[in-house]
Amino acid sequence: MRFSIYRFDPDKDEKPYMQDYDIALEPADRMLLDALVRIKTVDDSLSLRRSCREGVCGSDGMNINGRNGLACVTPVAGLKEPVELRPLPGLPVIRDLIVDMTQFFKQYHSVKPYLINNDPPPETERLQSPEERAQLDGLYECILCACCSTACPSFWWNPDKFVGPAGLLQAYRFLADSRDQATAERLDYLEDPYRLFRCHSIMNCVDVCPKDLNPTRAIGRIKDMMVKRTV
Amino acid sequence: MVKRVTTGAHYGLRDWLAQRVTAVVMVIFILCLVTALLISPPHDDNALKAMFSNQWMRIASFLFLVSLFWHAWVGMRNILMDYIHTTSIRLTLQVLVILSLLFYTIWSVEILWNL
Repeated sequence: MRFSIYRFDPDKDEKPYMQDYDIALEPADRMLLDALVRIKTVDDSLSLRRSCREGVCGSDGMNINGRNGLACVTPVAGLKEPVELRPLPGLPVIRDLIVDMTQFFKQYHSVKPYLINNDPPPETERLQSPEERAQLDGLYECILCACCSTACPSFWWNPDKFVGPAGLLQAYRFLADSRDQATAERLDYLEDPYRLFRCHSIMNCVDVCPKDLNPTRAIGRIKDMMVKRTV
Repeated sequence: MVKRVTTGAHYGLRDWLAQRVTAVVMVIFILCLVTALLISPPHDDNALKAMFSNQWMRIASFLFLVSLFWHAWVGMRNILMDYIHTTSIRLTLQVLVILSLLFYTIWSVEILWNL
């Protein structure tokens, strides 16, 4: 199988370049990550992040034939050859397919992605009704692989100011949580032309999310909450 | 100079909402106008002129144009915020957009009420 992979080693290369590989895959090499591990047996200088190899850890996000996705859950069958692999767009490249996620996590942390509840903790747990718990479905599953935010042009243009789809999905995850008491502060923080309103609902995030989540809908719900408290 | 990220202007909802509302106003006007033109197509220039000199038609057209300009303002500012990252240039361009839209508003009054 033929691959064309983005290579860049800041210690050696002046500019990034595309390197071609032609690799015979074994029958067990079903996913793109298997193929990449196979490539590493012939060229161990190729660098990429991976860990759980089953779409849970979110480490191996990359641009696969022009579309962001996780290598470990992308079947090699059906990929157009040569398979063009590039690092996630819009973030600084550290080496080969590895990007610097600092900016991404900065935005994630900016929305306080944790429960804020100032009541004394109860003996056992903070109970939710099944309906209240159901509000979190489609929100809590995010694995922070950054496929969505790095597919978002608004995040490309203003990564320092726009929270991005992943961060906003998490912001709504806590706005939707019946146990959270910081709704007003969270909305105050987000009501900003850059942090939230750079989203123009083009839905690239929905298109690429490997967990089939819908950040655009979550962003719409945040706007709904703002409309409700304003008008 | 330390490059500090400055966000937190605490506005944006009103503009976003205005963009939606003005879009609805424009759709309603366009649908009404197209229906009216299909039901009784004006034969000549004078018939078209007569149609737009009706006082209600003037008000509706003006409402449409104001919606258009307001919508354009929100959209243009969005584009400038997305792509122009030097504050002084962005501010200059935004002022130019506002001035031209104000000019268009006055101009449309002039056109509509002088038919």
